[in-house]
Amino acid sequence: MWFEQVLFFIAGAGALAGALGVVMLRNPFYCVLSLVAHLITLAVLFLLLQAAFLAAAQVVVYAGAVMVLYIFVVAYIGGQDEAMRPDDSLISSFGPLFAAAIGVELCFALIGTGLESLDTRGADVGPGFGSPGGIGSLLLRRFLVPFEAASYLLLVAAVGAVVLARRRRGIEDEPPPPTPREAPAETVEVRV
Amino acid sequence: MDIVWFVVLSAFIFCIGAAGVIVRRDPLVILLCLELMLNGGNLALIAFARMHGSEAGQVFALIVMVIAACEVVIGLGLIVAMYRNRLRIDVDEMTELRG
Repeated sequence: MWFEQVLFFIAGAGALAGALGVVMLRNPFYCVLSLVAHLITLAVLFLLLQAAFLAAAQVVVYAGAVMVLYIFVVAYIGGQDEAMRPDDSLISSFGPLFAAAIGVELCFALIGTGLESLDTRGADVGPGFGSPGGIGSLLLRRFLVPFEAASYLLLVAAVGAVVLARRRRGIEDEPPPPTPREAPAETVEVRV
Repeated sequence: MDIVWFVVLSAFIFCIGAAGVIVRRDPLVILLCLELMLNGGNLALIAFARMHGSEAGQVFALIVMVIAACEVVIGLGLIVAMYRNRLRIDVDEMTELRG
């Protein structure tokens, strides 16, 4: 019992620290690594909620595959530090205020909610709750249409990414740009 | 652990992600912050699935992960296309959709 609470607070602190790291670190590469740490601690929280299959999917698919994609792109475009906004800009003071407003509103919603079972440990579930078998049979029976729609969405996204990132004619023969972040923005006419 | 702790944590993660989407300038980091928001939603979905003792919420979370993967793929494709066109990778500079 106490072990569960200790694990929750360690994993929760890790998840919050990872999230803050993503927002606050200047170098995109460190942001990605911070998000990896966040995702892994979140998988621990999923395990505490008896979502074993989702925890495994989170580590394998998210922290494994998707984050590798991010790291490839950061390495490709060169992970320079992000330029600071001027201190008097409206948006850099508005953002944290907006987030705090959402946080306060969500906390009020949680305090005033009528869901009594929020203060319990949840319904009694058997040991097979959240197992791959249970999730798989739900996906192939009750949620077959969303499952198929998700697969088509993935296919469309993959084709779209290939179309977006392919090498276009017109800039193919030119040397690669030296440092595009520091270079002044010059537009290049591209004929597709 | 009571379910409400997990929901509060998911609310905090969502708020941190929302602040990052507004404050940061690099589109790559904005995508990362969007992932944070989606993960906050995922944690709430799984907490409520545990509360009701139903696995349907976990299937929703799985679909959300698929959506996140699609968003990442398209977003990173856009960033690579911006780099190829020698645009500055900065959302403050991106003001037009002309390819």
